[in-house]
Amino acid sequence: MTRADVTHGTIFDRLEPHVRRWERWALWLLVVLPLVSLIARAVMSDLGANPIERLERETGEWTLRLLAASLAVSPVIAITRWGWLIRERRFLGLATFFYASLHLSVYIGLDQFFDVDDIVKDVLKHLYITVGMAAFLMLLPLAITSTKGWIKRLGGQRWNRLHRLVYPAAVAGCVHFLWAVKKDITEPLLYAAVFVVLFALRLVPQRSRGRR
Amino acid sequence: MLIKRPDDIPSSEITPESMYLNRRTFVGAAGALALGSVLAPNLLSARATSDGQDDKLTSEEDATSYNNYYEFGTDKEEPKVLAASFKPKPWTIEIAGLVKTPKKMAFEDLFRALPVQDKVYRHRCVEAWSMVIPWQGTPLKDVIARCEPLPSAKFVEFTTLYDPRRMPGQAAPVLPWPYKEALRMDEAMHPLALLATGMYGKPLPNQNGAPVKLVVPWKYGFKGIKAIVKMRFTDKMPNTTWNDANPSEYGFYANVNPQVDHPRWTQSKERRIGQFLKIPTLMFNGYAEQVASLYAGMDLRKNY
Repeated sequence: MTRADVTHGTIFDRLEPHVRRWERWALWLLVVLPLVSLIARAVMSDLGANPIERLERETGEWTLRLLAASLAVSPVIAITRWGWLIRERRFLGLATFFYASLHLSVYIGLDQFFDVDDIVKDVLKHLYITVGMAAFLMLLPLAITSTKGWIKRLGGQRWNRLHRLVYPAAVAGCVHFLWAVKKDITEPLLYAAVFVVLFALRLVPQRSRGRR
Repeated sequence: MLIKRPDDIPSSEITPESMYLNRRTFVGAAGALALGSVLAPNLLSARATSDGQDDKLTSEEDATSYNNYYEFGTDKEEPKVLAASFKPKPWTIEIAGLVKTPKKMAFEDLFRALPVQDKVYRHRCVEAWSMVIPWQGTPLKDVIARCEPLPSAKFVEFTTLYDPRRMPGQAAPVLPWPYKEALRMDEAMHPLALLATGMYGKPLPNQNGAPVKLVVPWKYGFKGIKAIVKMRFTDKMPNTTWNDANPSEYGFYANVNPQVDHPRWTQSKERRIGQFLKIPTLMFNGYAEQVASLYAGMDLRKNY
């Protein structure tokens, strides 16, 4: 029984017990299925004519999608009053970092095959790679400090300030995608639009919706 | 079928064995190799060739399902699907500009009695991937002879069909339609330049540019204009589509040049489709011996 049951009779209150039973399963599926699909298609040689490019593209897309999902948690809580959902913000944030690491690993290990020379040149000379690396480096401290231990160590205020890095990381991720495509920027613009909406929902101060 | 051997690779292009062996090994190296051997069965054979060059034919499956043909969608897997119902016949090609008699010719008439040759060429996309493709076609110079250009003609310009009903990708202005490309006359008259009407012993598939596409193997693939409906001879350097769309990234000459990077990605290496490790890109895509003289004295960094 939540506080909401006592004070409200909204649609979200009625949905809540059902959602609460299944949402963790659903989130695990969301996170695991893309990877399973990629592995299955790799094993069956069904990644198309340029498998490495496909791996890079899809791991990158899922990084952005999971990042958007993790940024959507707080706005969803504001609308539904499902406070318990906050734990999924960390879950989705770590999932984001997982796919970001996969994306980086494909680039370093498969695309460039660990050629440090080529990688350094790429990062220094080609802006979309520079920006991509910056995005990853901004997600790294967020993943490391995602634990309760770190929240205690930093204190709530400093932890919150550090985790505002998610905003420039999201921007860098979108710009990386935008600059990576050859000409058709439809998809990168779509992602950017989604992030603009999420930013607006989170950064515009909540007025009479109760505490954040 | 006569398979032409690609030219020998100069020893300066051979990648030293030590370069391949001297890699920092990360924890994931074993995993990457496992994944790689799953992704490309000839991973091991690619590493075994000491010069890194393996001019095996690309599989027909790959060559016909991985296409940059924005007239049928901007994803490389889309043209095979969206061009499936495209009808390349009947087809008319207009001969225009500085020619003896401007005219419109039926496709069959333009190519009538011209011998069809087998040419196995390397195809190098500006995006740094490449293929080896067995084309069937007619040397461009033979078709140009039939067009009877005037001596004043310095360039030949090609145009693709413009019909958004038949080419759904043209409904969006992702490129300034119709697609145009052009060659200097001496480039066009070079024996390597080909008007391809088939590949792998079959007629050109729709997604590869049916019924006829230009193949200029020493240049980046975007010079290989597809579904040609017009050849116009002119004395002024024509505009070309990718140069119009993004002048700082795509030039008129577009000669394959490992020393001149694209602003956003490197051109010194390429991914040969079907192989795992990248291979060094060769000057003029390995056709330097045949074509370098066309550009003697030109600054190829300025004329990219």
